[in-house]
Amino acid sequence: MSVATIKPQSIYLDNNATTRVDPEVLNTMLPYFTELFGNPSSMHSFASGVGRAVAQAREQLRLLLGAAYDTEVIFTSCGTESDSTAILSAIKANPDRNEIITTVVEHPAVLALCDQLEKDGYTVHKLGVDSKGRLDLEQYASLLSPRVAVVSVMWANNETGTLFPVETMAKMARDAGVLFHTDAVQAVGKVPIDLKHSCIDMLSLSGHKLHAPKGIGVLYLRRGTRFRPLLRGGHQERGRRAGTENCAAIVGLGKAAELAMAHLTEENTRVKALRDHLEAGLLAAIPHAFVTGDPDNRLPNTANIAFEYVEGEAILMLLNRAGIAASSGSACTSGSLEPSHVMRAMDIPYTAAHGSIRFSLSRDNTKADIERVIEVMPGIIAKLREMSPYWKDGAPVEDPEQAFAPVYA
Amino acid sequence: MWEYSEKVQELFFDPKNAKAVEDANAVGDVGSISCGDALRLTLKVNPQTEVIEDAGFQTFGCGSAIASSSALTEIIKGKTLDEALKVTNQDIADYLDGLPPEKMHCSVMGQEALQAAVANYRGEEWKDDHEEGALVCKCFAVDAVLIENTVRANNLTSVEQVTHYTKAGGSCAACHEGIEDIIAKVQAEAPTAADAPEVTPAAPVAAAAPRGMTLVQRVQTILTVFDEVRPQLKNDGGDIELIEVQDEKIFVKLDGACGGCQMAGATLGWIQQRLVEKLGEFVRLIPVNSPEQAVSRRV
Ligand SMILES: Cc1ncc(COP(=O)(O)O)c(C=O)c1O
Repeated sequence: MSVATIKPQSIYLDNNATTRVDPEVLNTMLPYFTELFGNPSSMHSFASGVGRAVAQAREQLRLLLGAAYDTEVIFTSCGTESDSTAILSAIKANPDRNEIITTVVEHPAVLALCDQLEKDGYTVHKLGVDSKGRLDLEQYASLLSPRVAVVSVMWANNETGTLFPVETMAKMARDAGVLFHTDAVQAVGKVPIDLKHSCIDMLSLSGHKLHAPKGIGVLYLRRGTRFRPLLRGGHQERGRRAGTENCAAIVGLGKAAELAMAHLTEENTRVKALRDHLEAGLLAAIPHAFVTGDPDNRLPNTANIAFEYVEGEAILMLLNRAGIAASSGSACTSGSLEPSHVMRAMDIPYTAAHGSIRFSLSRDNTKADIERVIEVMPGIIAKLREMSPYWKDGAPVEDPEQAFAPVYA
Repeated sequence: MWEYSEKVQELFFDPKNAKAVEDANAVGDVGSISCGDALRLTLKVNPQTEVIEDAGFQTFGCGSAIASSSALTEIIKGKTLDEALKVTNQDIADYLDGLPPEKMHCSVMGQEALQAAVANYRGEEWKDDHEEGALVCKCFAVDAVLIENTVRANNLTSVEQVTHYTKAGGSCAACHEGIEDIIAKVQAEAPTAADAPEVTPAAPVAAAAPRGMTLVQRVQTILTVFDEVRPQLKNDGGDIELIEVQDEKIFVKLDGACGGCQMAGATLGWIQQRLVEKLGEFVRLIPVNSPEQAVSRRV
């Protein structure tokens, strides 16, 4: 979409995809593109202060994560790199172990890597979820063994916002002598995190999900955890991640971390109330719609609603025309032909999985944004249902799979 | 976001003929809700002249599915049935000033609905196509005839393109080899002088395995393949057991989650493909519930 088509009154509800860089973050970064462009390893005035700024950012991240030491913070290029580094390090550091435990609903950053490792001969156990996207901890306990090199379980699901009990799971792993990694890309900044009092050994986060720029991430690595770098080269990040530091982005992420801490309460009160209002408003106005995931245990900013008998991409196009940005687990939006793996894992019926829409809020959203969505959404769904062969006279046709009878299929 | 043409957007936001035609005398249904798109075409055909006097569509699907359906109804209104049958999926795409490659299957769906509706009007069962050709893609129920016709009509050269046009091969990948075979077959047809004769040689389907294996060697090879696929089946809570081998027929018992599930067909197709490769000959996997069943099928 070209810039010109973004209307000024646009309402952005796709913050789990990425967030707007906070103006304060941008201002903090700018000098590091201009006067202070030096390499922090250099010995001259262009670099003076850059190293100190990076150190300050590391401290800001330590505070946000509740880590014990700032050296536990390793800057990377993104959440995906952090995930890959953590899992590959754990298996290289434990050459005598050839099993991995993860879940079926992870982000592709973890799933695609695990699929590749499976081809390389590792045994990957993917924990399933129930219809609300919850794990079975007994199944998890039964899989923990000295053969497992690493457990990698996301803190919060990007599509539904459902939270996994990672602190409990990390304790169980610790008791079994197994390393524990969590992809907390969606959780950081939205839920309180206190790593020094947890058993989590490694944690991934990504700057662009908390109002910092894209292309900067962090891997938290608990002191004393055995580690093998993904990128070898210079001595940056104490040799744990070679490559000249992305100083401006690091400084921006530090500022974003500070702002996230300051806004954490707001996220869990005002933003959460907006999300709840949106959900209640839509469900009251639109029949045959339901919330997916675990409504009692999820991120404060995420609402994933399945609208039955309509297709997600069509909804998004009509929303976009009304100036509202959201996203969908529908197959068509991604160019794949299957609805999202998260919807399928929860066994959401096909009649609904194709029409699931994710609204993800941030502290930038207002009550007026939400009212506008509640105002336009019923008309959009009604328009599409009217066009659908599965819908007649304001209700789904009886037994849609039967009523609509192609000769084959 | 997809780069849709102005025309696609226009027909999506403001679709023409989005309705069920009253007193329609021809109906064509294609697709299903599980596939993510479905289209019902209703036509009012003049019995004397066979002219399509009215056409309406009801579509569950994405923006381009709705726009393609609407385009189809606009194109065929006023045409006779015979004229309408000449409309190809490319005509629908052209009417829309093009579709993104990943969305070409929407135009194919339109063409299919039309054929189904005409067959319905003429009192034929619209399934000749689908009877002749075996299902190639079990996940999306796409058969060989449709794939072959689409490959020929659109000069497709890769599995990826076929998936974009027909959906075939878009899920489990078990049929990719089958699709490659069809592409190779079409490409091997004598090119007309007008067509650039750029025929890429077909890749050999299966590396030739030693011919004339003994029965013991065959059984051992089959068991090795089963051992290879077993971890994946177990992941899904299933298993496979060899019951009987008889010429090209291999009788097996599928256990647990595999047996009877929707994916059983896909699973079998995928294992069969590997067997064909390893044995260097065509074999058919036949699921049975008990050894007796295998024996009774022998006669
Ligand atoms: C849960 C989760 N993990 C990992 C990532 C990947 O992060 P990045 O885009 O920074 O590589 C994302 C972002 O979409 C995510 O939501």
